[in-house]
Amino acid sequence: MTSLSKVETGLQTERSSSETQRVKRTKMAELRRQMKTSKHSYILLAPYMLLFGLFTVLPVVMSVLISFTYFNMLEFPRFIGWQNYTRLFLDDDVFLITIKNTMLFAAITGPLSYIACFVFAWIINEMSPKVRALMTLIFYAPSISGNIFFIWQIIFSGDRYGIMNGLLMKFGIIYEPIQWLKTEHYILPILILVQLWLSLGTGFLAFIAGLQTVDRTLYEAAAVDGVRNRWQELWYVTLPSMRPQLMFGAVIQLTTSFAVADVSIYLAGFPSVNYAGETIVTHLIDFGTIRFEMGYASAIATVLFMLMVGTNLIVQKLLRKVGE
Amino acid sequence: MNMTLRLMPRKKRVNRSFAGTVSLFVLLAGFGAFMVLPLIYAINNAFKPLDEIFLFPPRLFVRNPTMSNFTDLINLLGNSWVPFTRYIFNTVFITGMGIVGHVLLASAAAYPLAKHRFPGKGIMFTVVVLSLMFTPAVTAIPNYMIMSWLGMINTYWAVIVPAFAFPLGLYLMKQFIEQIPDALLEAAKIDGASEYRIWWSIIMPNVKPAWLTLVILLFQLLWGSDGNGFIYSEQLKSLHYASTQIVQGGIARAGVGAAVALLLMSVPITLFIFSQSRIIETMATSGMKD
Repeated sequence: MTSLSKVETGLQTERSSSETQRVKRTKMAELRRQMKTSKHSYILLAPYMLLFGLFTVLPVVMSVLISFTYFNMLEFPRFIGWQNYTRLFLDDDVFLITIKNTMLFAAITGPLSYIACFVFAWIINEMSPKVRALMTLIFYAPSISGNIFFIWQIIFSGDRYGIMNGLLMKFGIIYEPIQWLKTEHYILPILILVQLWLSLGTGFLAFIAGLQTVDRTLYEAAAVDGVRNRWQELWYVTLPSMRPQLMFGAVIQLTTSFAVADVSIYLAGFPSVNYAGETIVTHLIDFGTIRFEMGYASAIATVLFMLMVGTNLIVQKLLRKVGE
Repeated sequence: MNMTLRLMPRKKRVNRSFAGTVSLFVLLAGFGAFMVLPLIYAINNAFKPLDEIFLFPPRLFVRNPTMSNFTDLINLLGNSWVPFTRYIFNTVFITGMGIVGHVLLASAAAYPLAKHRFPGKGIMFTVVVLSLMFTPAVTAIPNYMIMSWLGMINTYWAVIVPAFAFPLGLYLMKQFIEQIPDALLEAAKIDGASEYRIWWSIIMPNVKPAWLTLVILLFQLLWGSDGNGFIYSEQLKSLHYASTQIVQGGIARAGVGAAVALLLMSVPITLFIFSQSRIIETMATSGMKD
């Protein structure tokens, strides 16, 4: 009896499996047909996607794989398991500093620059087109001017000819010039300030554009519905209507604040005093281009990758709730 | 259109308190000064004679403007080991090639992503969006290995070819193409146009604002590039690299350094002034949908 039922169920499963196979096969055929009809789409996509895969997707995969090896670019990589990661979190004090600094950049310049982008886009939006164009240029100029941030090195220069020292000494606040970029506790605040100065970039432009596309009739409807002041209008009408731009801007601002490196290297030096200005990216540069510990550097890169994509995805989820 | 845009808010929209307006504008003025003063200082420094650059107390504005920094620069360049025009050529070549290739490839890829339905479309676009979420520094080491397999180390191509596949450009282009009416494409299809023809003669002319945006983004990426560590021959190095060498010359070069900085920053800013309205137009479609 039992054996009979077993055979029966066995037959049934066999039948159902062959059925699923048939379904699978027709699905595959359908897919192949679809792919054939969209041949032109693939041909148009091919050159870009080939390069994108080669220089962005493949490197991410390679980076994860290399991070589990010891690799010095000369010998073949040797698999060492999680050793790079344990060393990173347990033995590398500098890495912990860089995590702290990078998180500070992400937590301070990220939100601050995001809010600045929005607030200034919002104020500028009320102006006449000509003034608006001028103000846009003024706010956007630093981020587009390339490496002009070197000017901050003169502003915070350690002698009395630097603007900051000069002003403070002129007004008698200090009597001796301060070595701004060589003093541990000034370095990070200055870098944050400069990073903020540089951060009204693509996200800012997206907000200006987004504000111009908000449907004007929504404001009238809101006024009828009892929205009483500008702040309510901002929360209930403006922000929800430009949620797509807000999400795009968040990605841009967060990614830039996680990636701080050039400013730190140029202004604070590399390495900076007591690693005060070191970020995850400069640590990665240190191991990747100076010490040639590629496995270890790849582990840093992998951690940075997880951190950035993770934070971005969480922020995207939060922003979906704006105005709800 | 413009009239209604400007008149309507005044009539229909709720009012803001006077104090609120004043405080917002004070905020704007303060932050505006913070943004613009360093730039003004940089511009003025380029025209200061050396004794004014090292003046105590320091001054923002130049008193006796001089062109001597620029003439010094020309003299200095005449003596450099690699002729300075070579650095200019390198930067212009890298920037120009990168821009042309990127605009072509990104718009070709953006058209099917925006307008066609095909298997794999969703995943491709998701991966492009994900790649906006991390910095290129993450991929630097494997990139070096891939470049060396391809034999591109120490050539212009090591900087140019990866720029072709710059993800932000594809993303913005795709969002912009999406708002081109389908009717336009249908009409062309009925007339018997092939997909390539539609891309070239209908999509491309209609996305000129997006071209300009891609141009300026790539310009930003490539103009200030120092070779990303892939280029080490002096003859192939960029203008930006040469300029940092000059600035690092120390106190005696401070004036020349300021002149170089002014020249370097004036190009992208000029480009932006002329293309601003087009770029804003593109950014209007930049939003991320759920």
